[in-house]
Amino acid sequence: MPGAIYAEGLVKTFGDVRALDGVDLDVPEGTVLGLLGPNGAGKTTTVRVLTTLIRPDSGRAVVAGIDVLRHPNEVRRSIGLSGQFAAVDEYLTGRENLQMVGQLYQMKAKAAKARAGELLDRFHLADAADRTARTYSGGMRRRLDLAAALVVSPPVMFMDEPTTGLDPRNRQELWEVIKELVSGGTTLLLTTQYLEEADHLAHDICVVDHGRVIARGTSDQLKDQTGGERVEVVVHEPEMIDGARDVLARYGVAGIGHGEVSVEEHIRKLTVPVTGGAKLLAEVIRDLDAVGVEIDDIGLRRPTLDDVFLSLTGHVADRGEEEDGSAPDGKDGKDRKSRKEAVK
Amino acid sequence: MTIVLGSADGLNAPRPRGGIVQSMNDSLVIARRNLIKMSRIPEVIIFGLIQPIMFVVLFSYVFGGSMQIGTSTSPAVYREFLMAGIFAQTVTFATAGAGAGIADDMHKGLIDRFRSLPMARGAVLTGRTFADLVQTTLTLVVLTVVALLVGWRIHEGVPKALGAYALLLLLGYAFSWIGALIGLSVRTPEAATSGGLIWLFPVTFISNAFVDSSNLPSWLQPIAEWNPFSATVQACRVLFGNPGVSTSDAWPMQHPVWASLLWSILIIVVFRTLSVRKYRSATG
Repeated sequence: MPGAIYAEGLVKTFGDVRALDGVDLDVPEGTVLGLLGPNGAGKTTTVRVLTTLIRPDSGRAVVAGIDVLRHPNEVRRSIGLSGQFAAVDEYLTGRENLQMVGQLYQMKAKAAKARAGELLDRFHLADAADRTARTYSGGMRRRLDLAAALVVSPPVMFMDEPTTGLDPRNRQELWEVIKELVSGGTTLLLTTQYLEEADHLAHDICVVDHGRVIARGTSDQLKDQTGGERVEVVVHEPEMIDGARDVLARYGVAGIGHGEVSVEEHIRKLTVPVTGGAKLLAEVIRDLDAVGVEIDDIGLRRPTLDDVFLSLTGHVADRGEEEDGSAPDGKDGKDRKSRKEAVK
Repeated sequence: MTIVLGSADGLNAPRPRGGIVQSMNDSLVIARRNLIKMSRIPEVIIFGLIQPIMFVVLFSYVFGGSMQIGTSTSPAVYREFLMAGIFAQTVTFATAGAGAGIADDMHKGLIDRFRSLPMARGAVLTGRTFADLVQTTLTLVVLTVVALLVGWRIHEGVPKALGAYALLLLLGYAFSWIGALIGLSVRTPEAATSGGLIWLFPVTFISNAFVDSSNLPSWLQPIAEWNPFSATVQACRVLFGNPGVSTSDAWPMQHPVWASLLWSILIIVVFRTLSVRKYRSATG
C-alpha cells in the first residue's frame, strides 16, 4: 500500500528547464520526509505539484489516498500547506486570518472562530491575536502561517522551508512545534536547505538535485554511505604537523579522501577517516604522545549531512541568505526571490 | 496532541457544500477580508475620492466656459452635462484597485494559500470584485453630494436615477473583472496599478464623457459612440434628465440603457471567464 504521500515519475518543465525530471517519493503515514537540496533543485516545484498548485507534465501523485491529478479539490481538504514565506494577510489580525482560513476550509463561522482561538493559544499568539499581522515579528508570522495550515488538523502537511530566514531561537521554537505535530500522527513533507534541520526533524531524507532524487535513506544511512567516522587532531605547533601525519596515516582507511590524511595548515588541523570508534582514539593519543606530538584538541567526528551533500552533489549546500541573520520580517522581497529561483 | 486533536474538532464538520452556495459563501468570506483590509488602509479610499472631486472642480471651472453642449455654451449646462461622465469615469477606476489588490496577493503568496484550500475556484476574484463594488458605491455617494453642490440635479425622478446608479455600478463591476485579469497577468503590484490605469485614459476620453461627441473629429465619432463607456454615460444623462441629448444615429446612442446593460454583461462574461481560467493556472 502506498504511503500517505506517494509520487511516481513526476516531470515538470518550465520553458527549457526541467524543474522535475522524474521524481519518485513514498512517505509512510506518520513519518517525516525531508526534501533536501540546493536552490533550484526542484524542492518547491515538488511541493507545488503535491499540493495541487501546479500540474505536472507527466507522472502520478497520491496524497492521503487521493489522486492529486484527478481529485485536486478532495486533496485540498486533507492537506495543510505552510509556505517558505509567511502567507498571511498582513492587514488582518492573527485571529481574522485563522478564522478566514477556517471558513475557506468550509467550517462554519462559529467553529472557525473557536478553532482560531485554540490555535492562537497553542502557538503563543493569544496576546497578539487582535493585532494586525504586519506588526508581528518574523517568527510570529511563521507561527501564524503554520497555524493557518493546521486549522483543520490535516492528516498530511507540507512545509516549504519553514524556517528560512528565522533566527536560531525562533527556528528552535518552530522545530518543537513540528515535532509535537508529528508525534500526533501527522505525515509531513518538509523541504529545507538546512541540513541540520533535516537531521533534526526527518525520519527519511531525499536529496534532490536537478529535478531528481539522487539519494534517499535515513540520516544515518546517508552518512554511512558517505563514509564512516574520522579523527580530527589539532596539534600545538606547526612543526608537529609532519610527525602527526605519519602517525595518523597508519590508522587511515579508505573513506572520504581515500584514506589520506588531510591537513589544514593554517589551523594546524589534521583529519583522517578511520574505523574503530572510541577505542581507536585512545591508541591514536598514545602514539602521538610517543613521538612527542603535543595536541590542543582531538576528536572522533561522524560525517555531517554537509559531508553527505558535498559528496553527492559535488558542491556545498546553498545556505539561505539570512543564514545567521535575525531577519525579523524576511518577508516578500528576499523570500519571494529565493522562491522564484527555486521554481526555476 | 492538542494541535491535531483540538477540542473544536466536534465542530469541524464541514458546512454543506453545494456549488453555488459554497461559491457565494467563499466569495463573501473573501469580500469581507478585502473590506476589512480597505478599512485599515483608508488612504486608498480617500485618494480614490479626491481624484473624481478634483476632476469635477477642474472640468467645471476650467473647461466649463469654453464647452458647447447642443446649442448652449453656459457653464452651468456644462456642469450638468459633465457629471454623468465623471460618475462613469470614477467607477471605471475600480479596475486599478482590483488589479493592484490581486497582484499584491499573488506577490505575497496569499494566492498560493487560497489555491491550496478546498474553496470555490472563482471566489478569490469574485470576493475582490464584490469588495470593490462596495467601495465604488461609497465613492458614488460622496461624489453625488459634490455634484449637487456644483449645481447638478436629478430631473427625471428617483426611480430612474436609481436605474442610472445601478448601470454605473454594473459598469464598475464589469471593469473590476478587467482589473482582475490585469492583476493576474503582471509581475508586480506596481505594474498592476499603472497597467490598470493607463488604458482607462483613452477609453474614458475618447467618448462622450467630457465633450459632446458630435464635436469630435469625424473619424473618432464612431469609436466614441460605440465605446461601451459612452453607452453608460449616455444612459445616465437620459435617466438623470441631464443635458446632452445625442443627435447620433448610432444604435448605442439611440438605445443607451440597453447598450450599457449589454456591454457590461458582455464584459463580465468575457473577463470573468478569462480571469478564472488564469487564476486556476496562476503560478505566483
